[in-house]
Amino acid sequence: MWAALLVLGGLGLAFGALLGFSARRLRDDDDPLVERIDAVLPQTQCAQCGYPGCRPYAEAVASGEADINQCPPGGETGVQALAELLGREPKPLNPDNGEAKTEATVAWIDESVCIGCTKCIQACPVDAIVGAPQHMHTVIRDECTGCELCIEPCPVDCIHMAPRETGVRAWRWPLPAEPGRP
Amino acid sequence: MNAAHRFPGGLRLEPNRAISTRHPVTAVPLPERLILPLGAALGAPAQPCVSEGERVRAGQCLAEGEDPAVPPLHAPAGGRVAAITAHPAPHPSNLAVTSLVLETDPDAAAEPAWPALDAGADPAALRARVHAAGITGLGGAGFPTAAKLADAAGRVHTLVLNGAECEPWISCDDMLMRTRAAAVLSGGRLLARAVGAGRIVVALEADAEAALEAVTAAADDDVEVVTVPARYPAGGERQLVQALTGQEVPAGDLPTTLGILCQNVGTAEAVHRAAVEGRALTHRYVTVTGDAVADPRVVLAPLGAPFSDLLAAAGGATPGLDRLIMGGPMMGFTVADPAVPVVAATNCILAATTALCPPPQPALPCIRCGACAEACPASLQPQQLYWHARGGEVDTLAALGLGDCIECGACAYVCPSHIPLIQYFRHGKAEMADARQARTIAERARERYEARQARLAREAEERRQRREQKKAQARSGGDARKAAVAAALEKRRRRRGTAESDGDDGGRP
Repeated sequence: MWAALLVLGGLGLAFGALLGFSARRLRDDDDPLVERIDAVLPQTQCAQCGYPGCRPYAEAVASGEADINQCPPGGETGVQALAELLGREPKPLNPDNGEAKTEATVAWIDESVCIGCTKCIQACPVDAIVGAPQHMHTVIRDECTGCELCIEPCPVDCIHMAPRETGVRAWRWPLPAEPGRP
Repeated sequence: MNAAHRFPGGLRLEPNRAISTRHPVTAVPLPERLILPLGAALGAPAQPCVSEGERVRAGQCLAEGEDPAVPPLHAPAGGRVAAITAHPAPHPSNLAVTSLVLETDPDAAAEPAWPALDAGADPAALRARVHAAGITGLGGAGFPTAAKLADAAGRVHTLVLNGAECEPWISCDDMLMRTRAAAVLSGGRLLARAVGAGRIVVALEADAEAALEAVTAAADDDVEVVTVPARYPAGGERQLVQALTGQEVPAGDLPTTLGILCQNVGTAEAVHRAAVEGRALTHRYVTVTGDAVADPRVVLAPLGAPFSDLLAAAGGATPGLDRLIMGGPMMGFTVADPAVPVVAATNCILAATTALCPPPQPALPCIRCGACAEACPASLQPQQLYWHARGGEVDTLAALGLGDCIECGACAYVCPSHIPLIQYFRHGKAEMADARQARTIAERARERYEARQARLAREAEERRQRREQKKAQARSGGDARKAAVAAALEKRRRRRGTAESDGDDGGRP
């Protein structure tokens, strides 16, 4: 009997040590949950959720610090996707964080008014504004996420939001009208 | 030779082609004003390279794309650029598009023709010429041909010249092959050379006998002429490849994966004109037909001619006209204004009475009869896609293969409940495209955000290092100063000592 106890106990200790060692040495630093939440978020980097970007918000959601309904650019579908990912009940968007946008927008700088103060450049979370001190600034339309963070710092109010696409390019085949559906 | 295979589904429809092929091709008289939309089709709009009021020669380049995939636009006739303004365009939205309005002058000079490229020309030069001539697919989808050739170059062994009309009523490819068979084949050889394809196949529908005769007469041994059964949508690229080879084009892929490039016969003729005759794409054959036009026929129209002029060239509309459709009865869309211009993708103008195109009947619930699935040439499950399209479930739609839907309308045609399935699918495809675009934008934004965070961290670190360096410098610099002060004091003391011994005050003030 002692032999059996010794052998099993020894095996247990050996494997325990191996597991402990590998848990320490081969630890995955990236939290896969944060990655997966971040992948669902729209990457607008608008900070309306109360965190300085989508990644920090993803970290807060993963740790349970933030709720899943704080991302207005993601809208109801975003909340739905987060709820599905985390196995929680979907809930309406928190109005404290802002309202969902109905269409994609981008920032426009009125270049004749711009004084070249670079404040919007510093505010842009994705480096989508180019310009230099005392020189005109402009928005790189394809890189703008429509976060609106550049509007507030502008001392001459020369930035406004406009739809990303207009005219024929913004047009989509509508769903057929169905009685009883809006 | 008959095609050895067939594609799944499809419909046997009355071709209604004979009524528009009775007359020879009629040239549309040059309209007073031509309207050339800048970019109603795919991709970024072209930028005008002429200004308002400028006089232009026939064939002169009027607009170019910044993106090399956007083909340039040329003047179909000489005259004066009257305006660059918004004008209704042939687009299902019926919205206005920025267009060049050209006041034509029949006496204006023409641009000299480009030098001819012969059968031994460099493939890259041929592709460059196709781009410079502004050629887009003339089958109806209007994809820029040079971009398609660049993608296919070196990857294909067979060029298929698609002479199977995509829809009933349309007959412009049929008439083109009857009248310009030699030019079509010459263009086909140039296209094959431009992509390095060794084999050329011309595919026609079995009932296009006159065209078959003309093409067979013009063809040498290097061209195979194959007929496919007249079964809608035999003119679809994927369906045609399947009928010819028995191989299905993989989902989400192009026929080039199978080593096959399809080009419309009209496109081949335009390539012949561009390479051999040195002329840009400025005119095309258009079928003007339907039960509300007096004398249906195929016309040769300058791009930019208003639809109303084409109707007039075909005897004018009859009183029963209910709607004008660009394209055929299955895939075409209603045009609200007869002033919209002909574009390169305009293969047919269908003037229909309510007898031909009755107003849509109210949709009834789906009874799950499965008729749509049997008719689908892409082997999809339209009844299933319908549910998910109504629910806007983009990911499910993509997983069920909505991307492979060619919007042929066979499912809606056979639906006993009159469900407008194609509208649901077009909407669903638009949502899929939007979701795809949003994901691309998000991915780029994530990269740029991370790059910025890394840059800010690096800059903060550099600032910290500089500060520390300065502090360290100040510290070591401080020691040096102290040492200097001590040395000065020491010197002074010594001086004072000598001065005292000399009885002098050492120059002290």
